[in-house]
Amino acid sequence: MTETPLLKVEGITKTYAGRIGCKDVSFDLWPGEVMGIVGESGSGKSTLLSCLAGHLAPDTGRVVFDTRAEGPRDVLAMSEPERRMLARTDWAFVHQNPRDGLRMGVSAGGNVGERLMAVGARHYGNIRAEAIDWLGRVEIAADRVDDRPRQFSGGMQQRLQIARNLVTGPRLVFMDEPTGGLDVSVQARLLDLLRGLVREMGLSAVIVTHDLAVVRLLADRLMVMKGGDVVEQGLTDQVLDDPQHAYTQLLVSSVLQV
Amino acid sequence: MSEHYNFAYLDEQTKRMIRRAILKGVAVPGYQVPFASREMPMPYGWGTGGVQVTAACLTPEDQLKVIDQGADDTTNAVSIRKFFQKTAGVAVTERTTEASVIQTRHRIPETPLTEGQILVYQVPIPEPLRFLEPRETETRRMHALEEYGLMHVKLYEDIARNGAIATAYAYPVKVEGRYVMDPSPIPKFDNPKLSNSPALQLFGAGREQRIYAIPPYTQVISLDFEDHPFEASKAPHPCDLCGDEGSYLDEVITDDQGGRMFVCSDTDHCESRREAGHTGRLSPQEDAA
Repeated sequence: MTETPLLKVEGITKTYAGRIGCKDVSFDLWPGEVMGIVGESGSGKSTLLSCLAGHLAPDTGRVVFDTRAEGPRDVLAMSEPERRMLARTDWAFVHQNPRDGLRMGVSAGGNVGERLMAVGARHYGNIRAEAIDWLGRVEIAADRVDDRPRQFSGGMQQRLQIARNLVTGPRLVFMDEPTGGLDVSVQARLLDLLRGLVREMGLSAVIVTHDLAVVRLLADRLMVMKGGDVVEQGLTDQVLDDPQHAYTQLLVSSVLQV
Repeated sequence: MSEHYNFAYLDEQTKRMIRRAILKGVAVPGYQVPFASREMPMPYGWGTGGVQVTAACLTPEDQLKVIDQGADDTTNAVSIRKFFQKTAGVAVTERTTEASVIQTRHRIPETPLTEGQILVYQVPIPEPLRFLEPRETETRRMHALEEYGLMHVKLYEDIARNGAIATAYAYPVKVEGRYVMDPSPIPKFDNPKLSNSPALQLFGAGREQRIYAIPPYTQVISLDFEDHPFEASKAPHPCDLCGDEGSYLDEVITDDQGGRMFVCSDTDHCESRREAGHTGRLSPQEDAA
């Protein structure tokens, strides 16, 4: 393991017209590590993720990413072209709703190929082969490559979105409720798939969710947020099995056991 | 010339504003310059942008040629030509070689253009990324940051669905290695003529309020894939009237028995060749009586 964290987050605060979105959040993410962020609706976890991914500008704080070429750099201080380049090469963002992350009018192959073409791939045969390979890895049959996402089921759309994001071999993936809106059996398959890909590719990931089962399966470390504050963080099993903060205890005990 | 109009219809301040946009467009080849498009006495879609650009370029000494899909004698061409005859009193011509300003809808003349000529295109939708990305704010940012991967997604979709790049007109081009540009709905057969042309090429979109330009001797490359290279296609026939094998053709249905003929879409080119004695399959036979 290297000495520098892949992502170093320092004192991120974001307010919306005086209302707190998230307050003074700091953490380090190491290569190959999966960080889960849980909390109820409105706890600031999505705000935090948007700030990290560069979709929102935080009021204060630094997000230092260990770039391939130049080592650790503050993402928020980067120029927009640099940040967007990063966003389509080393980073990936999986939206809760596949409609936000996919181009619904473009075929599955085109969706997967878009990032390749955005970084300069100009050979149709290779792009298509890569797209078909990735569809296979997310368990979509190769003969669906020319179908549009709207002909896919919800679970397939979500898997397609994941393929589209991972095709350029990113090192850091942001996921916003990747299993939201899917039924439990589809969720289970998706989680299985995600776990496999994360381990196989050595990805680091930040996963925002309100589903404790998701973090239990995927995340190495866990951060619990409430009202914009991080109330507890630690190893996933430790936090879930021995919650210290009252809110975390409530959260863990709210999960229905069947 | 009617005394009621200012020269070339538009007032001088408006022409000045349009010329500024044109100059900026020439300075930044392929960049879409916003301008305050005026209402013109014709409906949108009939060349309001092209007419304003032409009006701003015209001088009383100019010889104007107007073509519509290559033809000098179709409605759009005739009405715009009459418009400038009436409001500017300029000389008009159908000869490409004689014209100093040519306003065109969807074709580039077959006769190679020369230095000093201005070719004005009528553009319906200037944004090449429009049908891929509906947000104007986003497309502008993509142009600014040179993020043109999406344009290739469109070509990818073409090949995936049709086996070849099926885009036959308004084929996207990259100008001088920087801006991706919509060359207006010219057939892709004409795309190679955009590049390195000695003439100044101006594009006006009236409804969308954009002007852009390709200065003379500017490199214009049609986008493609390495394994699916750009191809300037046309109907694989010679012209039935003048016998030209290299010009862009219109297909004309002649009866309800499946009869058809192919004729040059550039009427001036076809007529010049016929005057020079060239004949095609359906040329009237000389009476040898």
